[in-house]
Amino acid sequence: MSLTTEDVRKVARLARLAMNEAEIDAARSQLSGIFELIAEMQAVDTRNIAPMSHAQDVSQRLRADVVTAQNEREAFQAIAPQVEAGLYLVPQVIE
Amino acid sequence: MKWEIVIGLEVHAQLSTQTKIFSGASTAFGAEPNTQADAVSIALPGVLPVLNKGAVERAIQFGLAVGAHIAPRSVFARKNYFYPDLPKGYQISQFDLPVVGMGAMTIQVEPLSGNAKPYEKVVRITRAHLEEDAGKSVHGATQGMTGIDLNRAGTPLLEIVSEPDMSSAAEAVAYAKTLHSLVRWIGICDGNMQEGSFRCDVNVSVRRAGEPLGTRREIKNLNSFKFMQQAIDYEVQWQIDTLENGGKIQQATILFDPETGETHAMRSKEDAHDYRYFPDPDLLPLDISPEFIEQMRAKLPELPEARRTRYTENYALSAYDANALTATREMADFFDACLAATLSPSPSPAGGRGEQVAKMCANWLIGEVSAQLNRDGLDMTTCPITPTQLSGMLVRIADNTISNSGAKDVFRVLWAEGGDADAIIEAKGLKQVSDSGAIEALVDEIITANAEKVAEYRSGKDKLFGFFVGLAMKASKGKANPAQLNEILKAKLAG
Repeated sequence: MSLTTEDVRKVARLARLAMNEAEIDAARSQLSGIFELIAEMQAVDTRNIAPMSHAQDVSQRLRADVVTAQNEREAFQAIAPQVEAGLYLVPQVIE
Repeated sequence: MKWEIVIGLEVHAQLSTQTKIFSGASTAFGAEPNTQADAVSIALPGVLPVLNKGAVERAIQFGLAVGAHIAPRSVFARKNYFYPDLPKGYQISQFDLPVVGMGAMTIQVEPLSGNAKPYEKVVRITRAHLEEDAGKSVHGATQGMTGIDLNRAGTPLLEIVSEPDMSSAAEAVAYAKTLHSLVRWIGICDGNMQEGSFRCDVNVSVRRAGEPLGTRREIKNLNSFKFMQQAIDYEVQWQIDTLENGGKIQQATILFDPETGETHAMRSKEDAHDYRYFPDPDLLPLDISPEFIEQMRAKLPELPEARRTRYTENYALSAYDANALTATREMADFFDACLAATLSPSPSPAGGRGEQVAKMCANWLIGEVSAQLNRDGLDMTTCPITPTQLSGMLVRIADNTISNSGAKDVFRVLWAEGGDADAIIEAKGLKQVSDSGAIEALVDEIITANAEKVAEYRSGKDKLFGFFVGLAMKASKGKANPAQLNEILKAKLAG
């Protein structure tokens, strides 16, 4: 399976990636290579194998519901580009 | 043209954990901005999520309460989302393998209009899944900037998705109210709608009878039942008008404006719904063992439906009373405690009259107690009188020590000053006279002193009966047992 330039543009837009023509072209050929590999793997018979959601076959450890975090706002906000009244400031978000 | 309304709900219930779903930061409401936003909440590079057991427990309890299948293995997924209120660039949620599968809930619908009677309906719950909440955006701080408070980011939510089983605003509101009551009942969510602990999204579509489903529009973030009803009513009418005028409905996300009572579409972005979910590689699958499920089942309190059945079957209470008593768990617990205390003194004056006493308890709770709570802006958790105090008074009604009007006086004092019923009855001299000899003597006196009126009464002026009752009550300083007084008076007046 080979991707079109339009496919790559759409994926880039969904992932909020700004890409120029050369990058789109490179990504198109790399992604197409990955899809070819996937197509090759489709040939493997997996009918009796339960799909895994993680590469490791172990399950999630659970944490006790106890507060362990301290207030580190000052340290975190020291490296923020802009803060005001304890809020992180970002360019205006319009809904 | 007959239109059918199809409604499904997605409810976000904030789980009542101490900490966030994937980190040990506090979830307490109302803290200073970002003081509860730890490295995980603000998505510093290199942090990893660790799942909160308390959130999983609550999800399981909910599933059990609606008779749902609990997935032995469920999976967390990333939902891509590009707003600064979730700085990771995605929300951790569940997609194809949610923790809670198909369940159902019975709702009691009170039709909003006309003479339609209340009825029951079963609403299916498609699924419920765990996910994290986003932070809050504060607009209008610095010009051209948005302030971000990430205290709420990472708060555990249970998103409860219903089937499109509701066909009116009344049913949608009844479902939301029943769900709201249930999550509080089992203690997994505080249900505070003003603080956003229980938020409803409502999917609405209309179709002509018998036709396939119409295109739906989703009303987002309704935080009151009243707004929900107004929003649905407006939206349904808007959709019908649009279709009848030859228009088409576009799938859209819409907001309800309580000021105007109207709904309007949010600016919808192309691809906005292309979330590209994929399993989160930072989280392993969540395995839930049968033992874990049984532990959670053992922790569940008796559920509202079971309690309603117990009230109607054991105490012959009406469905209306049973519903009112199970509106909240606090109310139902108060009723149970009060009833037990009233029936317990041995030998109880109320003994062997379980149904009657239950009805009396129910009447006082649904009537006087609820009215007072309302008047004082309180609820059951802050009720100034205890079940034992109320029971002390009910016992004295049951054994005829006080009349109902005397009881109202006792109740007022209990409410305002506390204390116990017997002492109040004593101090206020509210003990009613049930000694028939004393009442007879009193009635005899009245009959003698009012020979003229008695003659009128006996010649057919029945209305005078009330006049005699008034005199007798006055003579007894309001203490005569009213039922007994009526009986004696009737007999004596008959001559």
